[in-house]
Amino acid sequence: MNPLTASVSYSELLRLTWPEIALTLAGILVLALDLTVLRRTTLAARLRAGVGIACAGCIAAIFLLGYSDPFASLPAGMFVMTPLTHVVQTALLALAIFTLLLSFSIRFTSHVGEYCALLLFATVAMMFLVATQNLLLIFVALEFLSLSLYILTGFDKHSRQSAEAALKYFLFGAMSAGFLLFGMSLLYGLSGSIELPKIAAALSGPSQDPLLWVAIVMVAVGFGFKIAAAPFHLWAPDAYQGAPTVSAGFLASSSKVASFFIFAQVVVLGLSPAAGGGAFRAWAPGWVPTLILIAALSMVVGNLAALAQTSLRRLLAYSAIGHAGYMLLGIIAHSPRGLSALLYYVITYALAVVGAFGILGALESEGIDRIADLAGLSRRAPGLALCLLIFLLSLAGIPPLSGFFAKFYIFSAALASEPHFGLLWLILLAVAMSAVSLYYYLRVLKAAYVAPAPKDLPKLRTAAATRLTLWVLAALVVLLGCAPSLLLNSLGIR
Amino acid sequence: MLAWTIYVSFLGAFAARMAPSKLAARILALLTALAGLALSLTALVQWQPGNLVTVADVSWIPQLGISYHLAADGISLTLLLLTGIAATAGILFSWNINQRTQEFFAFYLVLIGGVYGVFLSFDLFLLFVFYEIAIIPKYFLIAIWGSVPRDAAPGQQGSQREYAAMKLALYSFGGSALVLAGMVAAWVLSGSVTGTHTLDLQTLAGIAFPAHFQMWAFPLVFLGFAVLAGMWPFHTWAPTGHAAAPTAASMLLAGVVMKLGAYGCLRVAMMLFPAGLNAWGFHILGFGSWRDVIAVLALIGIVYGASVALVQRDFKFVIGYSSVSHMGFVLLGLMTLTRIGLDGAVLQMFSHGIIAGLLFAVVGRMVYDRAHTRQLSELSPMRLAHVIPFAAVTFVLAAMASIGMPGFSGFVAEFQIIVGAWRTLPWMAAVAGVGILIGIAFTWRALTTVFFGERAAHAAADHDHTLPPVTLPEKCGAILLLAATLVVGLYPAILTRLILPSLNSPLFQGLRNGAWR
Repeated sequence: MNPLTASVSYSELLRLTWPEIALTLAGILVLALDLTVLRRTTLAARLRAGVGIACAGCIAAIFLLGYSDPFASLPAGMFVMTPLTHVVQTALLALAIFTLLLSFSIRFTSHVGEYCALLLFATVAMMFLVATQNLLLIFVALEFLSLSLYILTGFDKHSRQSAEAALKYFLFGAMSAGFLLFGMSLLYGLSGSIELPKIAAALSGPSQDPLLWVAIVMVAVGFGFKIAAAPFHLWAPDAYQGAPTVSAGFLASSSKVASFFIFAQVVVLGLSPAAGGGAFRAWAPGWVPTLILIAALSMVVGNLAALAQTSLRRLLAYSAIGHAGYMLLGIIAHSPRGLSALLYYVITYALAVVGAFGILGALESEGIDRIADLAGLSRRAPGLALCLLIFLLSLAGIPPLSGFFAKFYIFSAALASEPHFGLLWLILLAVAMSAVSLYYYLRVLKAAYVAPAPKDLPKLRTAAATRLTLWVLAALVVLLGCAPSLLLNSLGIR
Repeated sequence: MLAWTIYVSFLGAFAARMAPSKLAARILALLTALAGLALSLTALVQWQPGNLVTVADVSWIPQLGISYHLAADGISLTLLLLTGIAATAGILFSWNINQRTQEFFAFYLVLIGGVYGVFLSFDLFLLFVFYEIAIIPKYFLIAIWGSVPRDAAPGQQGSQREYAAMKLALYSFGGSALVLAGMVAAWVLSGSVTGTHTLDLQTLAGIAFPAHFQMWAFPLVFLGFAVLAGMWPFHTWAPTGHAAAPTAASMLLAGVVMKLGAYGCLRVAMMLFPAGLNAWGFHILGFGSWRDVIAVLALIGIVYGASVALVQRDFKFVIGYSSVSHMGFVLLGLMTLTRIGLDGAVLQMFSHGIIAGLLFAVVGRMVYDRAHTRQLSELSPMRLAHVIPFAAVTFVLAAMASIGMPGFSGFVAEFQIIVGAWRTLPWMAAVAGVGILIGIAFTWRALTTVFFGERAAHAAADHDHTLPPVTLPEKCGAILLLAATLVVGLYPAILTRLILPSLNSPLFQGLRNGAWR
């Protein structure tokens, strides 16, 4: 049977994709209303309507998802629902809601409809991305996602930085898509299939084609760009700094969750026979050593480069590179525990990062971008400062916040994956780099809490919706840290 | 009941942060600390020798076999009592904090809650959680409310204490990173040895981990904790941190936080990986085991700390380095691997906690806050014994306790450590004795220069400086600490009856089987 023309029942497809359809409809509705009825009203009113409809769409999608069959699938791996994809899709929708709520007070654009619709379309793309095990659909969904993100990055038309960031992101992204497509075509050529489990079955022969290693490297390069892992990270600091704050937060959270999940699916499901081994003195070629190299490099480059940053966004960008290194440990573990550790890590990380960018967005109107500008924040806005403390300490991995348990869990999963502590050196490196990271997070907090305010600045006022969202995010970060079981249960680990 | 020491501290921190006035915050903080002290005293009185009191044991993260297990044996109870006393005294000595008072006590009580948590935790994961909770408040306490020497340039005052605070935080976090690595490894191995993953200390203490694993896990975890215990050469955070911290924070740092490290060395590293102390089977530069290495480092700490204290010009640095020296005794006591030596080590943790608190209280609160200088040369002409006699009397008593005068707790502790060392590491006992002699020298030097200095030739002959009198909270705090060191010094059985049976408990079976002499 030609794998590309597997027969699909359209009614079945319709039944399975109700959440995505609801989101798409909400996106179209936002666009249409904003261009017609709301044309003449104020920006604030349009924002309220746009964000409201978009949030309603996301909530509807969450409900539809809750009622859908968690074990459904379409032939040829085009659409595969598992309890895990359920959790990831719900997390993506929740992150979309948080991002939308944080954009209540955006001032950089008057194209509200397009903005909300693009956020929704990007979320649709991610929902398809995580629910497929078909190389072709993975690529299509990934490109759909990337296109939406390019536009979101360059959405601030008055800012040269935003345009530069978008162009840079686009050029790097397009090139990485080329690598990815090349790798995928090699995989198809080697296995004769584009379905991940079938690729794995076809590859599990005694001898392996050298072309497979080329394919692995190509796929790793392609996804390495998407997750901003070193040495493919160069776009990230500029994109995070230049993009509108809300877009940057979205880029750093949701797209990370989706990309990591599908990256793990591709290598763990599709390339399981070619895993190889990265243990000390027991090295074997495969994707595990490749990823170990990328992970180690990301941890070192990200954390060390973050030490020297003075801009908050660039600091967050480099710390994101470091975190990508930690998260790769979850894929390197290639065990059910590793996958659940990866998902716990990336979801809690996304919550903290959305929150951190939300705070930056709230401070944007004050012209705060450099670390030193935060001076006196704890007196000007005690609530905002406390939220910042929670988010950054969670990123640094201080208990009882969720970032700590995430690190503990992912380190143990990775260490348990090789017998005789084969990966101990990598864990020691990760632990050491995590100690380094505390320094730059504390520098930010020092500015916010310790440094005296330069002059008598007035109290900061932030929109109620922003405040509320930040508090909810901070509460989630604390709650998931104190009771990780809440999330672990749904991640399939007993 | 005992678990409430933790909860009360965290609740108190919240209440103090929300307090409407500075006085309310102070009173709330004091009440919280007193409640913690009362709870630990009650538990101590009710304790049956040899018992392991389980306070709480509920499944916390069942997926990973992690439980919320709080329990206390005699060693924990001793240190809980220390925490209660030190916390109460620290609040009494920070009654004069006027800048951002509510926040100060909030951070302070979070630190205390974390410390109580470490001493009560019987799950390694939980212990680590509390251990790290204690790090961040330390940073802010020093960075925001720290004291700086007057001769620092105006622009550098902030940066100096921020330097000290950051150094302290990074050393602590670096140490705990090593512990984290050891903990992850123990978790993984517990799964392959017993079939189910666990981090429960009681269960882990019963597992005989493979000897080659213990051989590298022991130094990793021991070193991680020993950084916070001020082991040479990882002690450098201690003097700068102590000197830059506000009085109450130095009291807590030296009094309690350094004990967290020593406690972790005993409770985690030595209790779980006792085989790590066995001989390597070969010698490098005369070292035949990790025990030799650590004992020598402890010894260097004793002598080096005391010698450096002897030449300091800054009063607070004298006490800061003396802490390094006294904590060296704790580590040496642990490495004697004799019952009496370990007993002495735990007693020294208690004793040094009280005495260092007292010394820092005199230096930071009674002297510096009044005289506004810490330079010995500037303090000398002030003849403080005449100006603030209460401070002088307190310091004389504290100095006597510190140099190991019989009748004070320091004597009982260091005597036992030396006896223990004499049995197993005789030449080290001799060197430690030299360390005590240098200790007498630097204490004598500080005492005579600061309080009984020569009247400066050019100063007016008839009037002394007038400084504000010692306040009631300070007197209460000083008396509390003095009483504690005297009671334990005169009747050490009050604590040894707690410590010795605990050392005989099944928890330390591995240590007794192994290298115990």
